[in-house]
Amino acid sequence: MASQAPAAPSAAPAHGWRSSKLPDIKLLMWIFLASDIMFFGTLIGTYLIYKGRSLTGPYPLDVLDIPLTTVSTFVLLMSSFLMVIALDALRKNKIQQFRLWTFGVVFFGAIFLGFQIYEFNHFVDLGLTLGGNLFGSTFYVLTGTHGVHVAIGILWLGSILVSSYIRPWTAKDEVYLEVAGLYWHFVDLVWIVIFTLVYLVDFV
Amino acid sequence: MAIGRQPLRPAADVGLLQRPTWTEGLVSWLTTVDHKRLGLLYIWTSFMFMGFASIEAFLIRLQLAAPGNTLLSPDVYNQMFTMHGVTMVFLAIMPLGTGFANYFVPLMIGARDLAFPRLNAFGYWIYAAGGLFLYSSFLLGGAPDAGWFAYAPLTSLSNNPGNGTDFYMIGLLIGGIGTLVTAMNLIVTIFSMRAPGMTMMRLPVFVWMMLVTSFLIVFAFPPLTIALLQIIMDRTFGTLFYVPEAGGLPILWQHLFWIFGHPEVYIIILPAFGVISEVIPTFSRKPLFGYPVMILSGIFIGFMGFAVWSHHMFTTGLGPVANTAFSITSFVIGIPTGVKVFNWLGTMWGGAIRFTTSMYYAMAFLFNFVLGGITGIMLAMPPFDAQANSTYFVVAHFHYVMGGGALFAFFAGVYYWFPKFTGRMMNDRLGKVAFWFFFIGFNIIFMPQHFAGLMGMPRRIQTFEAGIGLELVNLISTAGTFVMLAGILLILANVIQGFRAPKTAGNDPWDARTLEWKTTSPPQHHNFDEQPIALDRDALWAEKYPEHAHPDDASAYEGMDFDQGGIHMPGQSWYPFAMAVGILVASYGILFHNFVLAAIMGVFVVVTTYGWAFEGVGGHHVHPNKTATEGAHD
Repeated sequence: MASQAPAAPSAAPAHGWRSSKLPDIKLLMWIFLASDIMFFGTLIGTYLIYKGRSLTGPYPLDVLDIPLTTVSTFVLLMSSFLMVIALDALRKNKIQQFRLWTFGVVFFGAIFLGFQIYEFNHFVDLGLTLGGNLFGSTFYVLTGTHGVHVAIGILWLGSILVSSYIRPWTAKDEVYLEVAGLYWHFVDLVWIVIFTLVYLVDFV
Repeated sequence: MAIGRQPLRPAADVGLLQRPTWTEGLVSWLTTVDHKRLGLLYIWTSFMFMGFASIEAFLIRLQLAAPGNTLLSPDVYNQMFTMHGVTMVFLAIMPLGTGFANYFVPLMIGARDLAFPRLNAFGYWIYAAGGLFLYSSFLLGGAPDAGWFAYAPLTSLSNNPGNGTDFYMIGLLIGGIGTLVTAMNLIVTIFSMRAPGMTMMRLPVFVWMMLVTSFLIVFAFPPLTIALLQIIMDRTFGTLFYVPEAGGLPILWQHLFWIFGHPEVYIIILPAFGVISEVIPTFSRKPLFGYPVMILSGIFIGFMGFAVWSHHMFTTGLGPVANTAFSITSFVIGIPTGVKVFNWLGTMWGGAIRFTTSMYYAMAFLFNFVLGGITGIMLAMPPFDAQANSTYFVVAHFHYVMGGGALFAFFAGVYYWFPKFTGRMMNDRLGKVAFWFFFIGFNIIFMPQHFAGLMGMPRRIQTFEAGIGLELVNLISTAGTFVMLAGILLILANVIQGFRAPKTAGNDPWDARTLEWKTTSPPQHHNFDEQPIALDRDALWAEKYPEHAHPDDASAYEGMDFDQGGIHMPGQSWYPFAMAVGILVASYGILFHNFVLAAIMGVFVVVTTYGWAFEGVGGHHVHPNKTATEGAHD
């Protein structure tokens, strides 16, 4: 009977009529990401408005380490690449590969987070604190919010990985991985903007 | 994750809590995921908060009845006007619109429920938690007292050492989560769950306005959330965002607040426009005049709503270029609003108007809203704004649009939909008597405030001096509160009487136009026995009077079985409520700097997230046209 409800997702036992081909949960994620753009936009805007207004040091050029952050940025970008392969593997029902690449995403994400923890510790040692100057306040709140996003992504994808051992994931579950992937790519994309505007611009 | 309309996975047995199956009593309400019950919860809760805000307003007016009055100390007065504004905007009028949306968007588009029923329940509970948190400040060290806009640096720790400001910041933050998730839920619902045949240009105008409103919420609440977070960080962890001595810019708070705050005005008024666009056509027995223009005006207002925020800041010294630009955009946004007013008048023109209580409120809305709109155009002129800013002229202006506009529209909605909520009819005669007290009282209160403002009476000041000509206007204004109070009491009597009236309403007492009137009053749990089909705009009207409409040919849908396997009813759940409680307790932990408690509750919230995600689909199927039922329970 599913053929009579053309808008229903093909794998679903159709429960009633649907007026959109997009799965609900995917549409929800897109709307959430639109909203999240405003969250990060406000934080980045605050950072840019307060740029150069710190009355005391340390200033960005005193602490930022471009080679180090370039490495962690590269790791995060590669995790996005693994995300794509993981989803592709799940769609082709290659469950072992799906698990491997999902583990890769989680692992690379954790490396990025490790870099960030090291960076924060290092910066505090150099005298950059939350309440020390405006650069500290805006930098830690902006990159910290991004770090929380990464941590949530790791928890989410890690949970998917664990649950794939508890009960089998198959190609028909792809939408759940795809939604987590959308989130992960978005968090990556935000980091590109942060890396450019917070780190690179000062060294031009 | 899975709600039952997604690819289904086998129900997991790893859940910590069973899906409850109570259908009556307290537990059934705490765990409900039914959009109609949640809609009623929203409406009752917002009226409760409206009662609190009315008491605060009443005390403010008593204090201002005479010059040099000492009924309220300046400190208490500050708390009263702050909490009145915060309550009315965040806890009363906005959730009232959400309540109507919860109840009627699924019914109007012929759907079973919202797309994410548990998320909807969470939205309600976290809103209630935010309101409870804000009001507990009265018992825990004083309410917020920096105005509803909480301008920095009034909110800095050095200027405001009490924890009232923390209650404001954290309370609005957690309440905002509810507003955001419910808006996202409504967008998905409206895109994915429209009935067969209901194209976007056949959506009822109320649904359209809720769609625009939801997009405004999705884009406008994040700036507020971040601004609140920055102040919380300033006050709790010593950051410097709004500390002028360290280079912080208090003006940034104003920008972020009004980038949220002006769309917020439309978040409140667009649902009201939607209600009016349902009430007036029904009681004029005519289709809405210029439906596409009404929709486009709503969308245009939504876009422009993000481009006018600095008209709240004309006197902060942004310079003539910025002031001119924002003045122009503020005039431009008046155009689609004016279009809407003329279209409502055009709908009534030549119609067979029935003057019910609901229609009275709708027409009073037009009167009040046009008055508030005209003073709004005046205030959009920077030279005039420089004179009237922070005076009672502004107070009168926004009470005419928010109170006389939005609130009157929602009262029209209450009178219009009461038979649908209850199956009972309210007494129309008593309703009209109450209306006149309410309407005249409102105008006696706020009309003189225009003149008080033009005479220079400033807002937010606890008292005024004798002998500068302000005694009479203030006395009249305070006298008006007693007339309006009589109106409120009569409305309450009217509602109580309505609940005692016999169930005589039937499905469609007003001979109305939209699908919510197709089902029983009150609607049965599964809404519609058969999937409704929208063959035209005003789907129910087209079905009842095909000779007046030009509906599609129904034969295209013949033989289609839209409810294969029965109507899926989502199961109840403890998790939305538990998660909201966890966030509420964690908020107290942060407020009292008890970070261990906050961390424990944070872990609890994560646990509820997992419980929620792995709860499984649950629920059961109903077969209204067959006798058999299947599933876990029924």
